[in-house]
Amino acid sequence: MWTFFHKLASPKHFYRISGLLIPWLGAITALLLLSGLYFGLFKAPPDYQQGESYRIMFVHVPAAWMSMFIYTFMAVLYAIYLIWNIKLADVMASSSAAMGASFTFLALVTGSLWGKPMWGTWWVWDARLTSELILLFLYLGYIALVSAIEDKRTAARAGGLLILVGVVNIPIIHYSVEWWNTLHQGPTVTKLDKPSIHASMLLPLLLMALAFQCYYFTLVLVRARTELLDRERRSAWVKELFG
Amino acid sequence: MTGLASAFFAILRRDLMLAFRHRGELANPLLFFLIIVTLYPLGVSPDPELLRRIAPGVIWIAALLAALFSLENLFRSDFDDGSLEQMLLSPQPLPVLVIAKVLAHWLVSGLPMLLLAPLLALLLDMPAKAAWALETTLAIGTPLLSLIGAIGVALTVGLKRGGILLTLLILPLYIPVLIFATNAVTAASAGMPVEGQLYFLAALLVLALTLAPAAVAAALRISMS
Repeated sequence: MWTFFHKLASPKHFYRISGLLIPWLGAITALLLLSGLYFGLFKAPPDYQQGESYRIMFVHVPAAWMSMFIYTFMAVLYAIYLIWNIKLADVMASSSAAMGASFTFLALVTGSLWGKPMWGTWWVWDARLTSELILLFLYLGYIALVSAIEDKRTAARAGGLLILVGVVNIPIIHYSVEWWNTLHQGPTVTKLDKPSIHASMLLPLLLMALAFQCYYFTLVLVRARTELLDRERRSAWVKELFG
Repeated sequence: MTGLASAFFAILRRDLMLAFRHRGELANPLLFFLIIVTLYPLGVSPDPELLRRIAPGVIWIAALLAALFSLENLFRSDFDDGSLEQMLLSPQPLPVLVIAKVLAHWLVSGLPMLLLAPLLALLLDMPAKAAWALETTLAIGTPLLSLIGAIGVALTVGLKRGGILLTLLILPLYIPVLIFATNAVTAASAGMPVEGQLYFLAALLVLALTLAPAAVAAALRISMS
């Protein structure tokens, strides 16, 4: 068990194992995505209040979940990196950041597209929207910091510290924003009320969430492999692989 | 213990002395604070009713920006002349030395903002109760700004153009302070109790005082490696 993890942490073995995993993960992603879209767009009944436009939820909600998952995942990876100094954790985390920011952006854009017909406006200062926007700022701050530091090792450690500081702050920011909104305006904003969502809508939502998750893992492995080759280009195993 | 205390006070004294030798620079963030607030009536409207409503936010946003602006130099000169390296090498725990530096910085930048704030409250026609709440929130909030901001400064100290990056890193982390502080002032001007918000701010201050120095110390070690 432990030897497997130790092996996985070494760049060479990670490169080999991830190479084996990627086609499978990609195939599962495609399968989940297609079935999720099919059930979401054709099988699920239209909502009795929102009609067809609620279907954007099948992209919006998984994207929002992923935006939060990736930040937490990065924090875990950076804790691993800073404690045990496993280089691979940083490779994975720094490959994740751009994807996390993209998911956050996607969640904001789809939410805004949905908000226009539903709320009659592109943007409201709703607590959740605001938290999501701040999350985007946190991602962009991390990306800006890491790209501003020349040395990769220093960049990794500085970025890791920033992510860990951010993860301590996210709950504080989230709850203060929620509190701020409830004080400013009560339930004037019609929130997406979900009284135990019906199975025909829950199934595509879960399929899409899994699809997004697999999509993220597929792509992050691809990105991590490229990053790894770039960083280890002088090492023996890369030269062996590519002559 | 005496070694630690004397190191703490030596840094505090040195930083305060350095600050008073450059009195002109001390005034800059304050002027910045004042000018930003002055721009609002010019840009929005001189209507006293409206100004009274937006005053807490205006003053607090100006305070955030002024704090960031003054923080930029927290470790800069120490980094340039190598004394930061000496601090890292010293046998005393770095987080304690960091607290001394942040305290010195707050005394020369946060405290003057507290003294200037009543004048700004007057300019924006705030009622006396709200002005009192503003003072209290600034008294609790500005050390908090210095502590959180110091993490960002420590991360960017080695960079050539850290200034704009610092704003990107730190402003999102300032949001809770802004929310609780402006909310307390708004509540006070409506005659509502403000203890809840103040306790929240105080709790955040305690949390920052516990965790931030360690984070700053770690960030400094990263930046200097």
